[in-house]
Amino acid sequence: MPRYLVQRLLQAVFVLWAAFTTSFVVLYLLPGDPVSIMASGGGDTNDVSPEQIAELKQVYGFDKPLIESYGDRLWHALRGDFGISVQSGDPVTRLIADQLPATLQLTSAALLLAVVLGAGVALAATYTRRRWLRQTLLSLPALGVSAPTFWVGLILVQLVSFRWGLLPAIGNEGFRSVILPAITLAVPTSAVIAQVFAKSLRTALAEPYAQTALAKGASRRRVHFGHALRNAAIPPLTVAGVVVGNLLAGSVVVETVFSRTGIGRVTATAVTAQDIPVVQGLVVFGALAFVLANLAVDLLVPLLDPRITAAAPAVAR
Amino acid sequence: MTTDTAPLLSIRGLRVSYRAGDGAPPAVRGVDLDIAPGEVVALVGESGSGKSTTAHAVIGLLPPGGRMDGGRVLFEGTDLATAGERELRARRGRDIGLIPQDPMVSLNPVQRIGRQVAEVLLIHGLADRASAPAEAVRILGQAGLPDPGVRARQYPHELSGGMRQRVLIAIAVAARPKLVIADEPTSALDVTVQRRILDHLQTLTRQAGTAVLLITHDLGVAADRARRIAVMSEGEIVETGPVRQVLTAPRHPYTRRLLASAPSMATEPVRVRARAQARARALPRAQALPRAQARVRVREVAAGEPAAEGGAPVGEGLDSAEGLVVGEGLDAAGGLDAAEGLVVTEGLDAAGGLDGAGGPLVVAEGLVKEFTPRGRARACAVDGVDFTIRRGESFALVGESGSGKSTTARMVARLTDPTEGRIRFDGQDITALSGAALRRLRRRVQLVHQNPYSSLDPRRSVADAVTEPLRAFRVGDRAARLRRAAELLDRVALPAATLRRRPGELSGGQRQRVAIARALALGPDLVICDEPVSALDVSVQARILELLAEFQRDLGLSYLFISHDLAVVRQIADRVGVMRGGRLLETGTTDEVFASPSHPYTKELLAAIPGGRHAVPARSA
Repeated sequence: MPRYLVQRLLQAVFVLWAAFTTSFVVLYLLPGDPVSIMASGGGDTNDVSPEQIAELKQVYGFDKPLIESYGDRLWHALRGDFGISVQSGDPVTRLIADQLPATLQLTSAALLLAVVLGAGVALAATYTRRRWLRQTLLSLPALGVSAPTFWVGLILVQLVSFRWGLLPAIGNEGFRSVILPAITLAVPTSAVIAQVFAKSLRTALAEPYAQTALAKGASRRRVHFGHALRNAAIPPLTVAGVVVGNLLAGSVVVETVFSRTGIGRVTATAVTAQDIPVVQGLVVFGALAFVLANLAVDLLVPLLDPRITAAAPAVAR
Repeated sequence: MTTDTAPLLSIRGLRVSYRAGDGAPPAVRGVDLDIAPGEVVALVGESGSGKSTTAHAVIGLLPPGGRMDGGRVLFEGTDLATAGERELRARRGRDIGLIPQDPMVSLNPVQRIGRQVAEVLLIHGLADRASAPAEAVRILGQAGLPDPGVRARQYPHELSGGMRQRVLIAIAVAARPKLVIADEPTSALDVTVQRRILDHLQTLTRQAGTAVLLITHDLGVAADRARRIAVMSEGEIVETGPVRQVLTAPRHPYTRRLLASAPSMATEPVRVRARAQARARALPRAQALPRAQARVRVREVAAGEPAAEGGAPVGEGLDSAEGLVVGEGLDAAGGLDAAEGLVVTEGLDAAGGLDGAGGPLVVAEGLVKEFTPRGRARACAVDGVDFTIRRGESFALVGESGSGKSTTARMVARLTDPTEGRIRFDGQDITALSGAALRRLRRRVQLVHQNPYSSLDPRRSVADAVTEPLRAFRVGDRAARLRRAAELLDRVALPAATLRRRPGELSGGQRQRVAIARALALGPDLVICDEPVSALDVSVQARILELLAEFQRDLGLSYLFISHDLAVVRQIADRVGVMRGGRLLETGTTDEVFASPSHPYTKELLAAIPGGRHAVPARSA
């Protein structure tokens, strides 16, 4: 196990470094003078004095040669310092940390919902003997993936909040306010999970070992939940690791639609205002979330399938 | 049906069809079959005959799309064909056990062995949660699994195929059923393992008085294990009767055909038959050919037959027992018209000695292949193997899985590099060949793979497949290549229209013919056949082997045969090498090795050939 773990950790570190470097290159080296953009705050006001620009350059290390300033930024980033937000003047790290709980609440609720919903649809679709029900259930994922997130959000707000007045339409206050945004965010994710899980379940049920179980006299339920479920769980689990990234991306739209505070909102405003240190901090944060989720999946997979062990990790199979 | 007791299982007028749509005939068309308590009945047939479908219909486990159209399946008086799900579930595993076909995929890979055995007992209330684990270990031990206590805690992937099949047998007999359906229970296993497992199954069922319905494609297995045989073809039982009667006095033509093509039952090897035919054809062909092309070679001519009525055998210095051999000295020989059973070979020099030109085709010396499995010590897949393949000869490497035979073949084909040792091909050291020289070698050495289902690209037409080697070596233009492909297909007895087909539209035998045509496209000297017929039905097997023998006769090819099946090897090989654990245990002519094996392992292998218990008199096909 340790070697497997070390390998995974090294991969994770590499991904983080690559995310940092890429965002550095893209944000600081592409057209325009980053300091002028920062100073102007994304607007077109030209009331920044040359002295201020020189000062900013010094603060951000842009008075030094490129490679040195990269090294400087990387060194700071390693200690958790991604600079200072141009807009608010707060340290980027604190800005993200402040907004994290709200987004974590939203995304984890959405993930839980997506897993329950996705797995439910997949299990029901493969278990039912009614053809029409199976076909209906299996067509849901395609619908869920193709419906735009903001549209689902608006429909929900329209119906549940405005027409029926059941749940608040906007805001961050309390558990009730999470429900609608979490559902909105969960729809596309659950669709992907349902799709992958239904397929892997069907494959598992067609395997000869399912036949062996039936020949023992096992009921369909026993074969489905006792044999096929665990065998079929790995593909959707792997996908779940990947969709964590989608959840973060989705939070940008969902938090905007439901007027919630959180990482998504910070992202939206930072991008509009070209608040480069914040954007870079968010890119690296996104990479971190993604890496952690996949690390968790990699550690879970050997527990599900004894064939995948430290000696032969999932990727080698 | 001479049973005086009431049958345990009585199938009447069973009809099953698959929802295939395109008017495919029903899979099972009115099958009647009785099995008495404790009786062993073999249901024999080729793939698609409906034998597996019949077996699965008994326990109501037809594959998706399968539907029972009619008939009754009376088990102890209850009609299982009309029984409800609950009734069927109570019977499955409890009264009727099933041993599935492929042990490698028939166990749940994420569940421990013990739990999978205990499950049967728990389902049918034969043990409770506390007693089931110990009971499972006991049953595993009964099924002949060594260290059952340890095995019960392991996962299927930690067990060999043979051990997994024992686990499946344990599952099938755990509840002491009255009937066990064994669906090709050992086809996926090595012959010696197959034999031990069938022996054990026989002991177990005999002790418990369990009836067995044995589904098999192998008449040899059926003959060894069953009391009665039912032969199935195209959804119908064409003949049924006691073993001896079916084998010695088959009434139905299909049974006779099946008997004639079963490699383990036939007494006259394909190679001998091919050569006998060659005798009749050799003369006119030899005369028609320019000298340089006279490459037909058949070594053996039946002893005692007058080789050339016109006088002494042509070609001085030849052993007359080897028959008449005429080579490039055709003109000098003279008096050919009178020669019956003329055999032509290349490489005869003026002195008339065999193999005079260039020596043997392949010489392998001290071949070693080491590999290092992940996290384990180095191991030898091949450990010091020497052999030679003469020109125009079939040399077979025989062994069970893991014996190193395929690795050896891959080294000869230069698909993998030997760790040590040397390979000479046509006098040239090819051990370290690379670049253009290796490409030239590829032209002379071709492969026919085991599985014709996966060795042909499903998206490409047959024409593409056959012309691929020609394209790779830029032989001819498009039109010429297509002509060559048509010619090759004709040689493998496929209609020219096949060129436009895709592999998916062809049967297994047809695909293997395409693979052979592809291997012959460049006119190679050596064709390496890796289990070329093991994925095919016996009657198809026989035809493919005949085809291979014919090509050897006409084109003077050399073959390196890789096979686990001694019966097949005997059909085609001139000489045999027996491998085990990476070592070549013995080599010799096929007749020698089969008649008087020197190594105990060879003896064991020979004894394991199914059908040995019933020698069947030769029958002309």
